Amino acid sequence: MFVHPFMVYALIAGTAVALAAGPAGYLLVLRGQVFTADAMSHVAFTGALAALAFGIDPRIGLAVAVLAAASVLGGLGNRGRADDVVIGGLFALVLGLGVLFLSLYSSGRSGSHGTAGVGVLFGSILGLDAQQTAITVIVVAAVLAGLALIGRPLLLATLDEAVAAARGVPVRVVGYSYLALVGLIVAQATQVVGALLVLGLLAAPGGAARRLTTRPGPAAALAAAIAVASIWIGLTASYTLPTVPPSFSITAVAATCFALAALPRPRTRKSTSPETTGTGTTETVRRAPASVPSDDQATARTRAP
Amino acid sequence: MSAPWWDPIAMIDQMWALPFMVNAFRAGTLAAALAGTTGWFMVARRQAFAGHTLSVVGFPGAAGAALIGAPVWAGYLGFCTATALVLTGPRGRSGSSSTPRQGTSRGDGAAVGTVQAVSLACGFLFVALYAGLLGGTTSLLFGSFLGITTGQVTFLAGVSLLVLVALALLGRPLLFATVDPDVAAARGVPVRRLDMAFLLLLALAVAGAVQVTGALLVFTLLVLPAATAQRLTCRPAAAVALSVAIAVLVVWTALTVAFYTPYPFGFWLSTLAFTGYLLAVATSRAGHLRHIRLQLHRPRS
Repeated sequence: MFVHPFMVYALIAGTAVALAAGPAGYLLVLRGQVFTADAMSHVAFTGALAALAFGIDPRIGLAVAVLAAASVLGGLGNRGRADDVVIGGLFALVLGLGVLFLSLYSSGRSGSHGTAGVGVLFGSILGLDAQQTAITVIVVAAVLAGLALIGRPLLLATLDEAVAAARGVPVRVVGYSYLALVGLIVAQATQVVGALLVLGLLAAPGGAARRLTTRPGPAAALAAAIAVASIWIGLTASYTLPTVPPSFSITAVAATCFALAALPRPRTRKSTSPETTGTGTTETVRRAPASVPSDDQATARTRAP
Repeated sequence: MSAPWWDPIAMIDQMWALPFMVNAFRAGTLAAALAGTTGWFMVARRQAFAGHTLSVVGFPGAAGAALIGAPVWAGYLGFCTATALVLTGPRGRSGSSSTPRQGTSRGDGAAVGTVQAVSLACGFLFVALYAGLLGGTTSLLFGSFLGITTGQVTFLAGVSLLVLVALALLGRPLLFATVDPDVAAARGVPVRRLDMAFLLLLALAVAGAVQVTGALLVFTLLVLPAATAQRLTCRPAAAVALSVAIAVLVVWTALTVAFYTPYPFGFWLSTLAFTGYLLAVATSRAGHLRHIRLQLHRPRS
């Protein structure tokens, strides 16, 4: 498998994107902003097609559109979280624009460009070259550094905005920067799994991690691990079965992880899952300074699927 | 070829001389009525994300049906209802972001997002396996109003009738459960079963409307007219009527404009609907400001 350079590039770029998408997706799930990420992935589609229609590098269109979307979505609604109706309305508009650009692009050129839309929507991980892989790795490193920088205040602002604001955390700025980072990941992930399947790498590992542990640190690591595993297993599966597109196998693996984590378990223990009761959030609040390895009981709470 | 723009009667005559445009108008009107009604409930219940996921599922539905040689409407119906059942699944309301207190532990959207990604991935897989369909992918996703048959219109009319009658029957308890689920549950309203029933109705509506607008843009018809109506009035019956009226108006205008311009129907649909929404936001803001100003002046005068 490693003989082919395109497989090596795909694995490197995929692993990098997954490393960033895991923790970012976990925070997304925690903040209840999965729909925002969904909207962003559609913005990414429109941005890429707009760039193609005007003859620019689609990656530039991707990055510009997604960052613009992050600032708009952060600006609407209070404290960097927009109402879901507003998000829905906006991205209906964005999709319409995407259709326009798609028709402009495919009617302006010869018929061979008709599949460009499909490529943007569903990704082309096996078509990456060395330069694109390098850019992806660099962007992901920047995103991870940014996440590490705003991680703690963001977590506090996520779990209790009022307390965070009282403690002097710039809640709005943190929310904005987080959305911008998510936008960068979406832009990179669009090239790997495609605009429509970005959610598979963001929501599924994050959701699975949230259902498996209530401690933020391990959960972020777990989400990254699930995302990376999805990429590796998915790529291997597509390599052995060439008819199965890699976007599908990657998403399928991530979703299987989520389904295993989300299955209702027999509640033999006292500590119930954080979803069923309201105590999950408060429990996490108490454990928010997770850098201190306090006790072994918390690790015992972490359940395997 | 084109009729002058100042003569709408001649334009309509010209469009309706073509059978496919008549079918497009019929189907568009039915889809608008369907989406306007269910969309208002969706917006009121804050289930836009679930609604978007359901509408996206139309894509694997159609692709899967093409793959196994089943009729397309069966694919839409099967996939949409199956997804509705999965979303309401074992955890009950976990499929909806229904609580106004956003960011709380209930319903974080991860399940909905995962279902959406999987269904799209399935659609892509079906397309890849079918191999002959690739040119049709964009038309499945973004719809084409040119190829609507009379059979599809009949099917859509049946679905509309079913969904609207069911909504008329369930409307009151559903509204109660939407506004205050806890009190509704205390009064003996089966909140969970209503939740499931509503998602099923939404799935049916999407399965019907998706043929006109395509999988990605059916969401436009669901969310934008309803959001506009919600901005303009808070009385449920008036809002539903207004939402349907806006949806129908938007579809008719979009069909007409798309007929006379080279740009796609989906683009006009979403742009017109969004313009309407912006106008509604602007008027409601202005009204709100006037209201505040009046209240500020009242104690002095």
